[in-house]
Amino acid sequence: MNIMNHLPALIIAIPLLGAFLTPLISKINDRLRNIFVILIAGLTCLLVFLLANQVFTEGIQTYVFGANTKETLNAISSGTPLVRILFEVDGLSAFMAIIGCLLPLVAVIYSWAFMKDHTGLDKYYTLILLMTAGMLGMMLTGDMFNFFVFLEITSISSAALIAFYTDKGKAVAAGFKYIVISSIGALFVLLAVALFYGQYDALNIAVIANSMQYSFLDKVALVLLIAALGMKSGLVPMHMWLPDAYGRATASVTLALIPTTLASLYGVLRVSFTLYGNNLITGNPLKQIGQIEIHLNILLAIFLVSLALITIVVGVLMALKQTDLKRMIAYAAIAEIGYMLLAIGAALSVLKTEVGNMALKGGMFHIMNDALDVGLLFLVAGAIYYATKETSLNKLGGLARNMKYTTVFFLIGLLAVSGIPPMNGFASKLLIYESVYQVNPILSIVAILCSILMLAVFVKVFHSIFLGPKQSSFEKVKEAPKSMLIGMAIIAGIIIFFGLFPQVIVNNIVTPAVDALSNPGTYINAILTGGV
Amino acid sequence: MIYNIPYFAVIGLIIIGLYAVLFKRNLIKMVIGITLIESGVNLFLITLGYREGSTAPIYTLSPGGIMSMPVPQALTLTSIVIGVAVLALMLSFIIHIYRHYKTLDVGKIGGDEE
Repeated sequence: MNIMNHLPALIIAIPLLGAFLTPLISKINDRLRNIFVILIAGLTCLLVFLLANQVFTEGIQTYVFGANTKETLNAISSGTPLVRILFEVDGLSAFMAIIGCLLPLVAVIYSWAFMKDHTGLDKYYTLILLMTAGMLGMMLTGDMFNFFVFLEITSISSAALIAFYTDKGKAVAAGFKYIVISSIGALFVLLAVALFYGQYDALNIAVIANSMQYSFLDKVALVLLIAALGMKSGLVPMHMWLPDAYGRATASVTLALIPTTLASLYGVLRVSFTLYGNNLITGNPLKQIGQIEIHLNILLAIFLVSLALITIVVGVLMALKQTDLKRMIAYAAIAEIGYMLLAIGAALSVLKTEVGNMALKGGMFHIMNDALDVGLLFLVAGAIYYATKETSLNKLGGLARNMKYTTVFFLIGLLAVSGIPPMNGFASKLLIYESVYQVNPILSIVAILCSILMLAVFVKVFHSIFLGPKQSSFEKVKEAPKSMLIGMAIIAGIIIFFGLFPQVIVNNIVTPAVDALSNPGTYINAILTGGV
Repeated sequence: MIYNIPYFAVIGLIIIGLYAVLFKRNLIKMVIGITLIESGVNLFLITLGYREGSTAPIYTLSPGGIMSMPVPQALTLTSIVIGVAVLALMLSFIIHIYRHYKTLDVGKIGGDEE
C-alpha cells in the first residue's frame, strides 16, 4: 500500500482518530495529551502539504472510498452511474486546505499555555480536532451530500467550542446563536442537495455540474445554497452571529473558527464557479430586455459586489465604535471577508479576461492573508486577556512596557490587516484595487477608503492598549508564556514572508486555485472522462 | 394531483418551521421550528426516493418489478442522526442559558448579568 495514494482519506482519518484518542490519552497525562494533539495536527498539516504538492504538480487528485479509484473512474467514463462517495482535490481545494490545516496547528500550540488553567481540556482538544477534520472534509469532498455531513460536523463542534466557557451566559448565548444559524443553513444545503438529486439522480458535484440544465428548481437551489453558505461565511445582512461567536470564544478557538468560516466561503465559490460554472461562461442569457442581454454571471456579480461593499462599509464602521477588543477585531474580520467577495464578484463580471484573472488572484490571495492577519490579531487579543484578564479598550493602557513581543506582533498584525507595504495584506489588496478599478473605479475608491479607516481604527486601538502612561493596575503584568509567543511568531513569520515574496506565493499556490475557479471543465472532466 | 400532496406537506412544514424560528421569542419554540424544517427536508428526500409499486431495497428475494433506489433512504437516515445530535446540543445550550438568565425569552438573554 502506497501512502501517497491514500492522502485524501488520511487527511480526514488522522484528525478524526486523534480526536477520539485524545480523551483516552488525557487519562494518562496532560502533557502527553498536549504533545499528542500537536503531533496529530502537525501530521495532518504535513499530509495536506504533500497532497497540495501532488495537486500542484500532477493536477486533480481523486480518491474513491471503498473501491479502486482507477476502476471506478473507468466505469464512470463508460457510462455506469456513480454511487460512491469520492474526494476530488483540485487547486482550489488544496489552497483552502493549506489554510484549514495551518491555523488549527497554531491554535493547539497556542492553547498549551493559554488553556492551562482550565478544566475539561480533553473535550476541548477533541472538539478542535473534530472541527479540523470537518472543515478539511468540506474542502476536499467531491460529493454534495458529503459536503452537508462535514458542514454539520464542523458546525456542531464549533458551536460547542464557542460555548466552551459554560459559566459565562454570553458565551453560551453566542454558541446557541451559532448553532441555530448553522443548522438552518445546513438544512437549506440539504434541501438544495435533494433538489439536485431529484432532477439529476446524482450527488457528485462534477456529475451534477455536467448535467446542469439551469431549470427553475436549479435556480431555487442556487438561491438556497448561496444564502445558506453566505450566512455561514458572515456576509453583512446575515453577519450578526459572527462578532458574538468570534468575540466570546477563547482566542485559540477563534483562530480555528476563521478557517471554518472560510470553508463556507469555499462552498460559495465551489457552487458558483463549478456547479453553475458552465452556465456562467457559455450560458445563454437569462432574459432579454430590448437589446440588453442579462447573463447569470453579471447578475451574480452585481449581487455579490453589492453585498461585498455593504459588508466592507458596515464592518469597518461597526469596528470603529466597539469598545471590546475582540468584538472590534471580529468586525474587522467581517470587513476583510467583504474584500475577498468584492474581488471575486468583480471577477465574475469579466470572467476569462486578464482583469478577471487578476481580480480572482487578489481575492484568493486575500483569503489566505485575511486568515493569517485576523488570526494574529485574535491571538494577540488572547495574550492581552491572558496577562490582564481584561478586553475592554477603555481600561487597557501602557502595556508596551511589560509585553514587548506581544506589542511587536500586534504591530505586524495591524500593518498587515490595513494593507501597509511590507506585509502580506498589501500584496493582495494592491491586486484587488488594481483589478477592481478597471471594472468600476468607484468600487476601488470605496475599498481604499475603508482600508484607510481600518488603519485609523487599529492605530487608535494600538495607542490605547500599548502606549500611554503606565497604569498602576497593570504594573505586575508579565509577557505571555512561550507557547503563545511561538504560536504568534509562526503566523507573524508567515505574514512577513508572504509580504516580502508575494510573487512566490501567487505563482505557486494562488494561480492553481485561480485556474481551478476559471476552468470548471477540468474539475468535471477529471471525473467523467476517467481522470485524464 | 394526489401524488403532489407530500410536496405540499414539505413546503408547509418548512414554512411553519421558518415562521417559528423567525417570529417566536421562546428558545424552545425556535428549536421546535428547526426540527420542523428538518422533518420537511427529510420528508422531501423520502418522497423523492419512492416509486409507485416498488419493493424495498432491503428485500433480497424480490418478486421482480421495480425497486426503490436506496440512496435517499440512506441520506435521510444520516440526516436524522445528525439532527438528533444538533437537537441535543441546542437543548443543552438552552439548559445553560436558563441557568444564567432565568428566562427563555430571546430578547432577554445575552445581556451582561451573568
